[in-house]
Amino acid sequence: MGKLFFYVALALVVVSGVLFAPEHAALAIHPMDQFNVASLTGGAVSTFAITNVTLWLALAVVCVFLLMVVGSSRRAIVPSRAQSIAELTYGFIYKMVEDVAGKDGVKFFPYIMTLFMFILMANFLGLIPMSFTTTSHIAVTAILAGLVFFTVTIVGFVKNGVGFLGLFWVSSAPLALRPILAIIELISYFVRPVSHSIRLAGNVMAGHAVLKVFAGFAGALGLFSFLPIFAITAVYALEVLVAFIQAYVFTILTCVYLKDALHPSH
Amino acid sequence: MASNTQDAAHGAAESAPGMPQLDFSTFGNQIFWLAIALVAIYLILSRVALPRIAAVLAERQGTITNDLAAAEDLKAKAVEAEDAYNKALADARAEAQRIAAETRAEIQVGLDEAIAKADEQIAAKAAESEKAIGEIKAGALESVKVVAADTAEALVTALGGKADAKAVAAAVADRMKG
Repeated sequence: MGKLFFYVALALVVVSGVLFAPEHAALAIHPMDQFNVASLTGGAVSTFAITNVTLWLALAVVCVFLLMVVGSSRRAIVPSRAQSIAELTYGFIYKMVEDVAGKDGVKFFPYIMTLFMFILMANFLGLIPMSFTTTSHIAVTAILAGLVFFTVTIVGFVKNGVGFLGLFWVSSAPLALRPILAIIELISYFVRPVSHSIRLAGNVMAGHAVLKVFAGFAGALGLFSFLPIFAITAVYALEVLVAFIQAYVFTILTCVYLKDALHPSH
Repeated sequence: MASNTQDAAHGAAESAPGMPQLDFSTFGNQIFWLAIALVAIYLILSRVALPRIAAVLAERQGTITNDLAAAEDLKAKAVEAEDAYNKALADARAEAQRIAAETRAEIQVGLDEAIAKADEQIAAKAAESEKAIGEIKAGALESVKVVAADTAEALVTALGGKADAKAVAAAVADRMKG
């Protein structure tokens, strides 16, 4: 039923696009424009220029401050709503670190909490119409994933010494297979930061681009613009979910990698 | 190819074809500000927010534990109080029964005494009465003797005889013995 409705809607969009489109209105959809980095003061985007990236990163920091510091400022035994959310977030990530990375992973909790809060706030701020989504940029997510990769690798060698290489030596496999598995493990280890960063940026970027494409349809369809608007509503709801889930996935993968560094045995 | 270079010349602000994500000229800017943002968030969280929330959570846990312990305490006290109440009730009941029994015994003693006294009095009264009755009886017999003698004398005189008082009295006494 839902599928049928979807196909009928899609057909209507196409047909109406053909029939009702104004003669000369080229479908002016630029779904990637929203990701442009631009200086707010005018001029070139140099390293220290104040850009829309600066603005929305600063807003993310402000939101983290509002939720975690202002929200918990009353230190109430019976918490207010904001304090409740701050405590829930704390408990959620703390338990994740403890469960996935183990007891000795808890001292990395502030770093993991920093990653989660930043990605969560950036994702949600990006869902505000006309906003700029910092986490849709591979430059940002690559830095985040690279930080995790290097931290985990360094912690792994510092904690276990050469024993950390046991991560690549699958001792439960038959001896003949181990060198092959070691190569596969090694490749997968170095692919981690790539998938870790592209997963986040790709999901966020794709969702926003889809929204923008539907918005372009809505502008072009005239009478039938209600169809893409329905679609935008649905995709937006999905994007709200994705905003949280991608922050969650990034964080839990960080915990999993940390677990590998702390306990490299399979 | 030519349009690409043209667009690059116009800068990233204009809608360049391709992904702004791959415009490496903006990477330095993004990475610089990201580093600042991450350090800021880390400092906010690790210096202020996380210790505070941890303290609040610990305090709440402590309060809950204390309250539970206090509730347990109060419950124990309530049970104790109920036991004491029940014990006091049982004691009072036993005491009441004891007092009632004592009182009953006392009353019984008094009653027995009174009954004995009354019996004595009744017996004394009965003896007195018997004596009085005996006296009255004796008095009456004497009177009957006198009356009989008088009557016999009068009868003898009336029949023209001469009544001998001694003989009459003897005759009456003889008859009375009958």
